[in-house]
Amino acid sequence: MGTIQRNMSLTGNASDTLNTLQKLGTVIGLGGLAIIVFSLFNNFQNKALWLFIALAAITAGVILYSKGLYANKPAGIKNHGVWFKSISSRGFWGWITGITLTGFYIILYFYEELLGANPNGNTGIVALFDPLSYFLSGNAASQWFVYGTLYTIAIFAFGIKFIWKYKHNKYEQLRTVSVMFFQTAFAFLIPELMSRLNNDSFSLPYNDLKNMWPLNYYAFDGWRVDQFINAETIGIAFLLFAILSIFVISPILTYKYGKRWYCSWVCGCGGLAETAGDSFRQLSDKSMFAWKVERWVIYSVLVFSVVMTTAVISTYLGYDSEKYWLTKDVFLIGVAVFLGILFAAIWYFKKEELAKDARYGAIGYLVIVLALIAIHYFTNTANNKIFLFEASKLRSVYGFLIGAIFSGVIGTGFYPIFGNRVWCRMGCPMAGILGIQQRLFSKFRITTNGGQCISCGNCSTYCEQGIDVRAYAQKGENIVRASCVGCGICSAVCPRGVLKLENGPLENRINPTDVLLGNDVDLMDLVNKK
Amino acid sequence: MEHIVIIGNGISGVTAARHIRKLSNKKITIISAETDYFFSRTALMYVYMGHMKFEHTQPYEPWFWKKNRIELKKGFVERVETASKTLHFSNKEQMNYDKLIIATGSKPNKFGWPGQDLKGVMGLYHKQDLERLEAYAPNNNICKRAVIVGGGLIGIELAEMLHSRHIPVTFLVREDSFWNGVLPNGESQMINEEIRKNGIDLRLGVNLKEIKADDNGCVKSVIIDETGEEINCNVVGLTAGVSPNIDFLKNSDIKLGRGVKVNRFLETNIADVYAIGDCAEQHEAIGNRRPIEAVWYTGRMMGETLAQTICGNRMAYNPGHWFNSAKFIDIEYQTYGWVHGAKGKPDYETQFHWMHKSGNKCVTIAYNKNNNEFLGINTFGIRMRHEVFDKWLTEKQSVNYVIDNLKLANFDPEFFKHFETDIRSAFYKNNTITQ
Repeated sequence: MGTIQRNMSLTGNASDTLNTLQKLGTVIGLGGLAIIVFSLFNNFQNKALWLFIALAAITAGVILYSKGLYANKPAGIKNHGVWFKSISSRGFWGWITGITLTGFYIILYFYEELLGANPNGNTGIVALFDPLSYFLSGNAASQWFVYGTLYTIAIFAFGIKFIWKYKHNKYEQLRTVSVMFFQTAFAFLIPELMSRLNNDSFSLPYNDLKNMWPLNYYAFDGWRVDQFINAETIGIAFLLFAILSIFVISPILTYKYGKRWYCSWVCGCGGLAETAGDSFRQLSDKSMFAWKVERWVIYSVLVFSVVMTTAVISTYLGYDSEKYWLTKDVFLIGVAVFLGILFAAIWYFKKEELAKDARYGAIGYLVIVLALIAIHYFTNTANNKIFLFEASKLRSVYGFLIGAIFSGVIGTGFYPIFGNRVWCRMGCPMAGILGIQQRLFSKFRITTNGGQCISCGNCSTYCEQGIDVRAYAQKGENIVRASCVGCGICSAVCPRGVLKLENGPLENRINPTDVLLGNDVDLMDLVNKK
Repeated sequence: MEHIVIIGNGISGVTAARHIRKLSNKKITIISAETDYFFSRTALMYVYMGHMKFEHTQPYEPWFWKKNRIELKKGFVERVETASKTLHFSNKEQMNYDKLIIATGSKPNKFGWPGQDLKGVMGLYHKQDLERLEAYAPNNNICKRAVIVGGGLIGIELAEMLHSRHIPVTFLVREDSFWNGVLPNGESQMINEEIRKNGIDLRLGVNLKEIKADDNGCVKSVIIDETGEEINCNVVGLTAGVSPNIDFLKNSDIKLGRGVKVNRFLETNIADVYAIGDCAEQHEAIGNRRPIEAVWYTGRMMGETLAQTICGNRMAYNPGHWFNSAKFIDIEYQTYGWVHGAKGKPDYETQFHWMHKSGNKCVTIAYNKNNNEFLGINTFGIRMRHEVFDKWLTEKQSVNYVIDNLKLANFDPEFFKHFETDIRSAFYKNNTITQ
């Protein structure tokens, strides 16, 4: 069976060789990348020009490649040869890409000086990006500006590829346009432009409006909150919007549309996963074991982030109590009361729906959270120690383990190994919260179409979240899962028209059945009566 | 403990086993000579096209069988001795059963063509067929051309598969338009067009005369009966339908027709022996259905029903309204109720046909011209809801009602363009039926 030609293309036909447009795209795109790498060793004279050439070449390269790949193909599912190509089946190019990306993230997070980042004057790659940064925000570039720029370009260029690939599917196209917009405008341009407003007497922290706590784990760090408060009207407005997003806007949207409104339409992490990561969606692990791991890990991260954030906030409330209208004690009691009421409500309304282990998990974690807060509350914290460590220590451990290693190095660096949504599935605390709500209080579900499923497995294979969609579809059961980000690909790849993402009434949203539609009605009555 | 033995680990046998386990504690053994684990036969094409790996076609992880105490036995049953309730395997092993379920499915039809057993000639049904295809048609260097004989659902799937690896395909179809024994003309022609658009050499109204061999006993060419034309090729796909896979029962006491003869309770003439799925043949056809139904979901439904009988709640197989689905390269097809092709169309059936200007979406609605009762719908390129049509068919709604409420049946993804208004106005424009 080893006679299939393996090639480098990200998708397309098994024995396709690259066509002219694809070759051209590859050369131009890699050329652009080469300019950026080259800037490490060479101090370009006209940085603005070279940067422009490099970024334009990368974008044009991806777009040309995609045009060559999809433009002349009939509309339809384009998964031919996905498992034959080494890049998309954990083969040689998959590993090379994974190692390269991982290496990039390690340098980005821990050795930024290698990229040329230097507060006293950038060199290398970071210096190459200085002109663009000055143009947008008026400041010198940082490694994060370099990253943000490349990130935005990746979502934009691969977004176009994705739109071409799914030219028959309006849902896929619209949500991709949406993530491209939110990344370019909200995550990149607006915050950069806003920092132009900063001066000696007025400053706002870099603020991506759509980036919500707890995904944005530093949202309520003391210095950020201080800056917002000091910036008066506009700062307070941002702060209020951030709080409103978490407690009002997000619950309402998630109730109406499921977590997809954020994860597949707005979020930057989701945006990268859906565009640049699209070629790797089939690599997610579908086993029951992976599902078990997923649930433990993601909710542990969520608990960690809640504890960490509570600790951090209570610390600055504690030693700066004059500055805020909220005192540390009130805050802590407030958190405990809020979580208590939330948990009691879930328990009261949804007890029957929670699987046994989910109940144990929920009780366990609630106890931990409450206990930690209680310990803290009853302990003298004169030395600023929260729990057993200082809050800042907890914050930096979180930032290192979750913010850098999990979401960056593993989450994105390992796209070609674990699939494109490993962070969203296993790690993101925001996805954790939205998921709990989606499972318990939302109108969203994936409907299955009576008895039409033939158990082929395309849906499960291409589910980036590792949901065994087929297990539900072949039983005629709606798919109501905390982890589903509503990307819609299961529905797109289904050859029998079985799956549809819908927002419908809560009644019968979860519909376990023993016998599918099509079989004798009496039998259904019998089984359902049982 | 009663021992239930199931021969065949396809959808019918596995569904029966799962439901028997839900309802009882009986000992269950599933025998297969084909694979270790249940897989979705309909998904074999996606393995060849590189959409999935073979493991992905297995709906249950290996631990599932142990957890549910369903024993899996790999082996080929050569003979069934019903008097002593004994199975004889090809390796001389034996196994006793208390109740036997025959769920051995189908095998590809061969009509005695000269050369039909040459190397490079294959059907597309078993996992072994996929392995053979991978060996004989891995790419277009080794397989310069493939010829497919038989224009049904498997034929077009095989054509799509080979096409995905850029292997030139000649597709010989006996009928004068693709699958027009089942599809009305407009639809059949749309699929002809889809096949040709993909660069497949579709030959309509032709039969295979013989397959010629080279010196090594491999396929060299085929000869077309009508024209005598010789087409050079390395692979021949035989996809002229399937028939029950029951040769191993020939010398048993179990009554056979084309398949294993069963009554509505899926019982054979021998006590404690049952047959379900593709290999079962009803004494009398149920409604418009065929006595042998080689369809994925009917196998599943027979499994669900028989499990009830085996577990003490004797129940007749009673399929509801006919439905089915397929995909013709990039065009999805669903059907609910009965829409007949030109040949088998009853006198009372009239059809309303709507086609989108793109030429790849169409709908045919069949109704009774005497009383306007809605009979069925074929839909291409627009997904529709099974549940809604099932209800409308049960309620015997009129064709007007269906046309007026078609939107309720739409199952396309969000933001897709809707065509109900188009369809409705076309219907009232071209029909004597008034609003």
